[in-house]
Amino acid sequence: MAKFNKKKSGNLPAINTASLPDIVFMLLFFFMVATTMRDTTLKIENKLPFADQVEKLDKKDLVMYIYIGKPQEAFQAQYGKESRIQLNDKFADLSEIKAFIASERASKREELIPFLTVALKVDEGANMGLVSDVKQELRKENALKINYTTKKGDVADN
Amino acid sequence: MAKRSAPEVNAGSMADIAFLLLIFFLVTTTIETDTGLNRKLPPIDDTETEPPIIKQKNIFTVQLNRNNQLLVEEQLMELKDLRKAAVEFLDNGGGTGTDGCTYCKGKRDPASSDNPDKAIISLKNDRETKYGIYISVQNELVAAYNQLRDRRAMELYGKTLKEMEANYADVNWIGNKDDLKEKIEKVKIEYPQKLSEVQ
Repeated sequence: MAKFNKKKSGNLPAINTASLPDIVFMLLFFFMVATTMRDTTLKIENKLPFADQVEKLDKKDLVMYIYIGKPQEAFQAQYGKESRIQLNDKFADLSEIKAFIASERASKREELIPFLTVALKVDEGANMGLVSDVKQELRKENALKINYTTKKGDVADN
Repeated sequence: MAKRSAPEVNAGSMADIAFLLLIFFLVTTTIETDTGLNRKLPPIDDTETEPPIIKQKNIFTVQLNRNNQLLVEEQLMELKDLRKAAVEFLDNGGGTGTDGCTYCKGKRDPASSDNPDKAIISLKNDRETKYGIYISVQNELVAAYNQLRDRRAMELYGKTLKEMEANYADVNWIGNKDDLKEKIEKVKIEYPQKLSEVQ
């Protein structure tokens, strides 16, 4: 009797993967919301130091970033192994900070200029000499609000 | 005639497409760090006025040499002891009369700082000092200030300064924000952050 003749194949039933796209989309949306696009390509090594007394930088649009660190391996032949400054997408000299600050200021509305902050993203292995020079340059330009960007963590790891 | 149902669309490759998008976003984005230590640089002063004379006992010198060693008040110190030493110095309250400090809980040693308003921490570094170590020291000094401010805020208002600031930033917080702002300012004035970074 065919009615009772159930198929008894040894194969496992296929797992239903219909919800897999949903799961992946969920992950995708999480990453889209939680991250921001890199706006500058780093040409230097940038391993930030740790600190635990950190404050959050709010108003992302009012922040100018200055990166300092050792050039990445691909650029070492050209730029050497000493710490360098990177502004936007290229290596820069100390003297270019002045123009950088001026151009950043020019791109903002006038009433917002006093709130501009300079975020110093300095590699933990960099020497203070260069950082001091940059600070002095910023003082000359009257860009006095600075932020040493750090990761949240224990200072003993530095 | 039997009603023909629409054929089901094969969604098997949907997952592949979604994975492709996911991987693209994973590669092109970074979780940006937007936290850090806020500092204010001193403006360049061209005027020829004499700087005010500051008594040696009101200055807490911290020096970092090229070998990343820490010299505090002419003595070698470990990083972990720095916070305690800075708190002791700031909270000393050794002054008398108008220079006194009514809320300090320190040893009131006349050879150390008069009051938190006069106490200045001076941080010097060598050109060869490693940036990571410099940040550690800055962090410890800021921590000393924060510790004292939190303690004072706890005494006065039963909340730490961090909680008060969080409340101030919170839109849903119920209460008088102007009043809160005043309270925050008061604590900050009682323990002002006077941290000088010498070039």
